[in-house]
Amino acid sequence: MRVLVTGASGFLGRAVAADISAAGHEVRTFQRRPSGLTGVEDVHGSIMTAADTPYAGLAYAVSGMDAVVHLAAKVSLTGDPAEFEAVNVGGTRTVVQASHTAGVSRFVYVSSPSVAHAGASIMGSDALPASPEHARGDYARTKARAELLALAADAPGFSVVAVRPHLVWGPGDTQLIDRVVDRARRGRLPLLGHGAALIDTTYVENAASAIHAALDACDRVHGQSYVITNGEPRPVAELLAGICGAAGVTAPNWRVPASAARAAGSVIEAIWRRRPGTDEPPMTRFLAEQLSTAHWFDQRRTRADLRWTPSVSLDEGFRRLAAHYRP
Amino acid sequence: MVSAVATLPPTGLAGLRPEWSRLVEVAESGAPGVTHGWHVLDNGAELDALGVIPVGTILCVHGNPTWSYLWRSLLSAATDAAQSGAPAWRVIAVDQLDMGFSARTGGFRPLARRVRDLGDLTDALDLTGPVITLGHDWGGVVSLGWAVDHSDLLSGVMLLNTAVHQPAGDQVPAPLRLALARGILGPATVATPAFLATTLNLAHPPLSTEVKRGYRAPYRTSDRRGGIGGFVADIPVALTHESRPELDRIAEGARALTVPTLLLWGPRDPIFSDRYLDDLVERMPHARVHRFEGAGHLLAEDADYAAAALLWLGDAAAPAPLAEPVETAVGAPAAAWEAAGTHPLWHYLNELQNSDDTALVDMLPAPRRVSWRLLSRRVRQIGAGLVHIGVKPGDRVSLLVPPSADLTAVLYACVRIGAIVVVADAGLGLAGLTRAVRGARPDFVIGAAPGLMAARALGWPGRKISVARFPAPMARLLGVEHTLAELIDLGQARLSAGDDLPPEPAPSDPAAVLFTSGSTGPAKGVVYTHGQLSAVSRALFLQYGVGVGTGLVAGFAPFALLGPALGARSVTPDMDVTAPKTLTATAVAAAVAAAAGETRGATVVFLSPAALVNVVATAAALEPADHAALAGVQRFLSAGAPISESLLAQAAALMPHATAHTPYGMTEGLLMADITLDGIREAAASIANVPTADAAAHDGESATLLQTAVSTSSAAAAASAPAARESVSALNPAGGVCVGGSTATTRIRISALDASGASVGELSVEPDVTGEIVVSAPHVKDHYDRLWLTERASRRGAVEGERWHRTGDVGHLDSAGRLWVEGRMPHVIVTADGVVTPVGPEQRIESLAEVSRAAFVGVGPVGTQQQVAVVETVPPARRVHRAPEPLAAAVRARVGTPVAAVLVVPGLPTDIRHNSKIDRSRLSRWATGILSGGRWTQP
Repeated sequence: MRVLVTGASGFLGRAVAADISAAGHEVRTFQRRPSGLTGVEDVHGSIMTAADTPYAGLAYAVSGMDAVVHLAAKVSLTGDPAEFEAVNVGGTRTVVQASHTAGVSRFVYVSSPSVAHAGASIMGSDALPASPEHARGDYARTKARAELLALAADAPGFSVVAVRPHLVWGPGDTQLIDRVVDRARRGRLPLLGHGAALIDTTYVENAASAIHAALDACDRVHGQSYVITNGEPRPVAELLAGICGAAGVTAPNWRVPASAARAAGSVIEAIWRRRPGTDEPPMTRFLAEQLSTAHWFDQRRTRADLRWTPSVSLDEGFRRLAAHYRP
Repeated sequence: MVSAVATLPPTGLAGLRPEWSRLVEVAESGAPGVTHGWHVLDNGAELDALGVIPVGTILCVHGNPTWSYLWRSLLSAATDAAQSGAPAWRVIAVDQLDMGFSARTGGFRPLARRVRDLGDLTDALDLTGPVITLGHDWGGVVSLGWAVDHSDLLSGVMLLNTAVHQPAGDQVPAPLRLALARGILGPATVATPAFLATTLNLAHPPLSTEVKRGYRAPYRTSDRRGGIGGFVADIPVALTHESRPELDRIAEGARALTVPTLLLWGPRDPIFSDRYLDDLVERMPHARVHRFEGAGHLLAEDADYAAAALLWLGDAAAPAPLAEPVETAVGAPAAAWEAAGTHPLWHYLNELQNSDDTALVDMLPAPRRVSWRLLSRRVRQIGAGLVHIGVKPGDRVSLLVPPSADLTAVLYACVRIGAIVVVADAGLGLAGLTRAVRGARPDFVIGAAPGLMAARALGWPGRKISVARFPAPMARLLGVEHTLAELIDLGQARLSAGDDLPPEPAPSDPAAVLFTSGSTGPAKGVVYTHGQLSAVSRALFLQYGVGVGTGLVAGFAPFALLGPALGARSVTPDMDVTAPKTLTATAVAAAVAAAAGETRGATVVFLSPAALVNVVATAAALEPADHAALAGVQRFLSAGAPISESLLAQAAALMPHATAHTPYGMTEGLLMADITLDGIREAAASIANVPTADAAAHDGESATLLQTAVSTSSAAAAASAPAARESVSALNPAGGVCVGGSTATTRIRISALDASGASVGELSVEPDVTGEIVVSAPHVKDHYDRLWLTERASRRGAVEGERWHRTGDVGHLDSAGRLWVEGRMPHVIVTADGVVTPVGPEQRIESLAEVSRAAFVGVGPVGTQQQVAVVETVPPARRVHRAPEPLAAAVRARVGTPVAAVLVVPGLPTDIRHNSKIDRSRLSRWATGILSGGRWTQP
């Protein structure tokens, strides 16, 4: 199978491309910067400009492909709403159209559980329909719209499946792990509430193997959405402690009431929007909600339909993370 | 009154499908040319569309002031059931004339007219059998009227809270008296929607706004509400009321109905209280009855009556269509008892009636001895006295008397004359006791002062009899009609006049209603027949050798009351029976000395765990003579709740010649299994390489009378490496508390759990298979009292003549046939990877030195639950917190399966009575809140 992976320079994209490639498939990667992967054909370009350059960039990237795994997105807690819209919605529409036009038969859209999350606790529910109206924040809202439009393109001969890995982490992750470690090191990582909210996460190799499994299962499960996790929820404080412990920094030991954090997050977010910097704000309302309410999912349908189980346990993940920080 | 034609309901009413609604023009019988439009709900078209042929029709009649909307969930449930392949029932729910969306006829329609109206409608519909009627409120009366008049079509009757009879001179319920009062009727029922609003507010829990809107839809204006007022005015409060003859005709006609009958009842009904249920049961004694504790007048909204109705119809449609089991007639009682293989409970009271040997000893306040001769005479006197004041066979007598010679005499007197004794433990608490006594609807209450005061204060039903003599004002205040002394005199006079006691009850006659502990929801009444109670005493005889000449020290009431049935000498020790922990070692020694009596026969001691704790704690006060007395004890039992092996061993040391036993059982099946202290040690040795040092099973299973800790004392086990654990799980995968082998006449089987935690496996004795524990014995309960659904769910197995009871406990048998209890069915954790039972993990967690007690619970939806450990630590924690990393890691390592979180609490919630049965359901809800990021509260 010839597979295009977009957004392969990202933490998860790289792992996905490597996983699919390792299985003997012919992998092409497409992103703005070199992916740094070996054994793949690296094509650079933007997912937003397929139509303008029919013989290069995206149009070229999708040509001759049997399948596309679309990961490229703007992933951030804050930022210009127009940019989220352009990259996540516009970009996805462009990639879907280009793929369809190029005769691609399988399309895996990598989404996020936040597309169906209105802010309340999630305790053991399966993937609910993406809901742009209820999703919190620009990222979740635009990912929700993108998932809906990708699934709407599902048709005979063009199988679309959406997978939503939750909180992907592992050695080399700059999104979650580095931020946690960095903030903990600077003493800027509080526990929200009592840190007891159960949160499920996904070790990066598990996320990659699940996406690979979705690609294999595409013809069987097209039109569906699946949440992907390790299936090992833990109190958020234990997760943070595990990450910090692996990185050799002190785990958070001071506490902010969750409600105060949510309120503060809203204020900080608003200020950041007016005075955007390169740094991320220390707290957003979305993040405060994420860290103070339960997020864990029913994985039975995911595992049965995709015929997949995670191979790296949470504890093994922490060991690998520790090895990464202290080789 | 205003006339109006029938209309269809507006669309968009919650739960109502427009396709059910149709209008039918019906000619009025006896009034040529007069027709009325009816609105009916009918799922017939839906069934046609499914291509299924209905097996029958359920004809539903609403009451006042509701309409066919009341039955919407039955229509959808019936169609859904048909769709899923179950027998298809057509449901026709009518709006009575002047009600709902049927025509406003402009006239007054008394009961007889309404019954004919319904017949006119079914004629117009060309309804053919079989028909099951279903009615609620005054619709119950109308539907019964139809049933009485259409026996050719009728094949069953279902009723929700209703009444067919208003006893002459008895007042109608207060809310209706008010509505009927002059000047109130019109305004309350017609001019304003007050009556409607009041009715809708009777729902538990309250109705949603949408559903209330549904009920109000046909009654928006006063000219639409004429029928409501008409219905209330038609309540035949007076004998002279025009509808009285018709009501009486229906009430009497109901007695002749032999079709299967189901009565579903909401006890929280200010109008149709339990006394109307009693009346219906009296008229239709073959009826199946289920009282939904907590539900009220709007039972159709409060409880899932539709599922119950379809379940019942399904049962009735099974092998023998709609046939109720008929009690097989037995010959003379003597022959029946012989066939049953047991003696009646009063056997030794007859056999030893001329013996001056001691039958009973009350140690409190001073030793009082009662000979067999005296006990036998008292029982006959009290029995005759009870007959004299009107106690009939089958009447229920609630006993609110502390364990004593008085209680024993009263109890045997009641059972001898065929009255049914109601025994509820004060451990239920006042609220639980009130619910229990009310639900058991005693005809008589025999009590000591505290019981009678509670009965008075809380309005418990039944005529009151006091065991003590009160000053007249006090007696009046408590509503006491008779004292025990009077009964004895009255009875003696009767006996002297040559009136003998009534014939002896037969083994199949009901003898007692015992109440469950109530630790798993409202206490349930458990009905035992005479044969089954006698079988309990036989089981005690077979298991522990309690019989003629044996002394029985009774620190645990249920078994102690059976002393006279066994011919044993019963001794009630000096203790506050409501507080077992007041029993001292010295008091036990004194009771044992009294029990040994003149014959120095064998002595058996029954204790509750709480009593045992105090006996061990007060052992230092024992004198040499006390020790000598205790050395004469042949056996002792700890029954009622789990205790640790070490406690049992300490107690055994006080009674050096006694075998220590702990039985396993429940109110529904006393004495199902038994294990001795040596047996406990053997069982422990069989899993000795399990690293569970000092695993004290503090855990208790709500339905079990007793469990004992399994303790491995091996220091090597404590030191065993994690690698050893894997061999362990192969040996004893599930853990649990060993409760020993089945008693002589008991069979124990396991019904394996499926992946969803349901016990669906065939009854099996295969070792090491975890499932629900199912038991069969001659001494298993007959049925739950007025809890048909509960009874049905508790039954298992279809072999003719066998009664299998689902215990609600989960466990496994080992290869030696020993039973291991792993928890309660509702506490089974159903993860995505399979089921996990709580006791095994708890034992493994409790093997940690820093943990004193653990509970293992599930959070999240069944099927994908996460496992959570909640622990008490050494030393106890002062506040709720997440377990620190080392403890969490240690717990996870011990448990083996994935543990999402470990929480530390100052104390685990336990039952009031034994302080040992952990309320895992409550803990699960609490942990769910904590782990969802909710507020931190105490469990």
